[in-house]
Amino acid sequence: MSRRSPILGFSFMTATGLASLVIVSAVVLVIVDIVTEGMHTLTWQFLTDEPREGMTAGGVFPAIIGTFYRVILMSIVGVPVGTITAIYLTEYASQQSVFARMIRFAVNTLAGVPAIVFGLFGLGFFVQFVGQNMDQVLTGGADLRWGQPNLLWASLTMALLTLPVVIVAVEEAIRTVPRELREASLALGATKWQTIWKVVLPNSMTGVLTGGILAVSRGAGEVAPILFTGAAYFLPHLPGSLSDQFMELGYHVYIMATQSPDVEATRGIQYATTLVLLVFTFSLNLVAVLLRYRIRKRLRT
Amino acid sequence: MAMTEPQIRLRAENLNIHYGTKHAIKDVSLDIPSNQVTAFIGPSGCGKSTFLRALNRMNDLIETAQTTGKVLFDETNVYDPGVDVVELRKRIGMIFQKSNPFPKSIYENVAYGPRIQGEGDKRKLDEIVERSLQQAALWGEVKDDLDKSGLALSGGQQQRLCIARALAVEPEVILMDEPASALDPIATAKIEELIFELKERYTIAIVTHNMQQAARVSDRTAFFYLGELIEYDETKRMFTAPSKKQTEDYVTGRFG
Repeated sequence: MSRRSPILGFSFMTATGLASLVIVSAVVLVIVDIVTEGMHTLTWQFLTDEPREGMTAGGVFPAIIGTFYRVILMSIVGVPVGTITAIYLTEYASQQSVFARMIRFAVNTLAGVPAIVFGLFGLGFFVQFVGQNMDQVLTGGADLRWGQPNLLWASLTMALLTLPVVIVAVEEAIRTVPRELREASLALGATKWQTIWKVVLPNSMTGVLTGGILAVSRGAGEVAPILFTGAAYFLPHLPGSLSDQFMELGYHVYIMATQSPDVEATRGIQYATTLVLLVFTFSLNLVAVLLRYRIRKRLRT
Repeated sequence: MAMTEPQIRLRAENLNIHYGTKHAIKDVSLDIPSNQVTAFIGPSGCGKSTFLRALNRMNDLIETAQTTGKVLFDETNVYDPGVDVVELRKRIGMIFQKSNPFPKSIYENVAYGPRIQGEGDKRKLDEIVERSLQQAALWGEVKDDLDKSGLALSGGQQQRLCIARALAVEPEVILMDEPASALDPIATAKIEELIFELKERYTIAIVTHNMQQAARVSDRTAFFYLGELIEYDETKRMFTAPSKKQTEDYVTGRFG
């Protein structure tokens, strides 16, 4: 067949089109299924009530709050640490230096580590090492407060998991800040630090937010890292301190589907919980996207 | 006051700059007199911008650039290890080829320098902003729009905003790297007029690839070619009776 054959061109176009169709239909199917099945159970009461009757009835309010706390805490820790690392990598480290390469290698490796390994790390490092030592120091080991899975350790584990995406996003944004702006600042007698703080960072805010968005999207859907570090099967009350365990939407779906005494009876709850998780993640994303849009607009005009 | 030899503000002595293996500036020695405009001309890649950027150590930002020799500013070699580069750049300001206002308001652009030096008094800042914009011949055009973004201005206005921003930190020397090369003739004329006014208070060194511009604005002209300083003299003489054949060829447009 000739290399300029129109048939070849047409089949290639069809193949690419079909491949794209697969992903679109997958997304549509998932969303339609979850929305139609979940709508029946999703009521205002479902959102504001706690699980009842052995979790075969009631709502998911504690799980919503737990997820919310976890995402916020994770971002409060992960975004600044990631941003600072990105600043070091782009502004201070010499690109060829062994240390900078080590950091980059670590970041790339971190990005490829399976989530469950983060969970085990969190359990081994935060809960058993840091936490138990804190208990030793604070109360002489009389109280088991920090040496058990809790909100803080789960959030820190999640922050670690999401660090690579934050670092990469912020790094990219920092690199797009025009050299002319840095030079302008330095030529006015600004120190390097002042230039970073007043020129580079404000002009990278969209990247910092993108990093935040990506971290939240990645983090909010992960369950494995919190399995051993803080998520609870069932709690009648909301977490009141960092050392409390918490319920979580993703984990809740998992246990409802696998650990529930009557899986059939909780099907509606599972669907509705999944729907809440989806909406929750989407709205967090939406907020961040809007925020990013506003900042970008402010920078332009 | 009798016309005596003008005071020397900046003096380069046997300056050599390498980018990796490239010898960009070859043993250049040159005096820049106070309150005059000194122009650096030469074909692209001749090293004139590199030389200019060596004067306030902007080449420090390029990792591969290596400088040897001296640049004397007030008897001090700016390349001495003890020299505070930040302080140096405060005293030797710079205007770039591509106007580079910050994505901030006009006011904040001009106030940037004084602010980072710790000036927090709003009234003082207002004064500095107004004075600097006036000196840069921009005040009349923007005085009612100080909150507007600096990026909303026209190209020529942006460049004058950058000049105002540089003036706000009260430098002694202003280095200009082809400040009008991206501007239309009218905007260029305004910048040139401004340069003429500014030399009363400041010492100015300007890189230009526009020979007419060098002839119009400068008192002295240095001709660079392939990293070497070929000739340096009063502008009048450089353009009418240069002593080197290469200079003559270049200023008459026979090459470059």
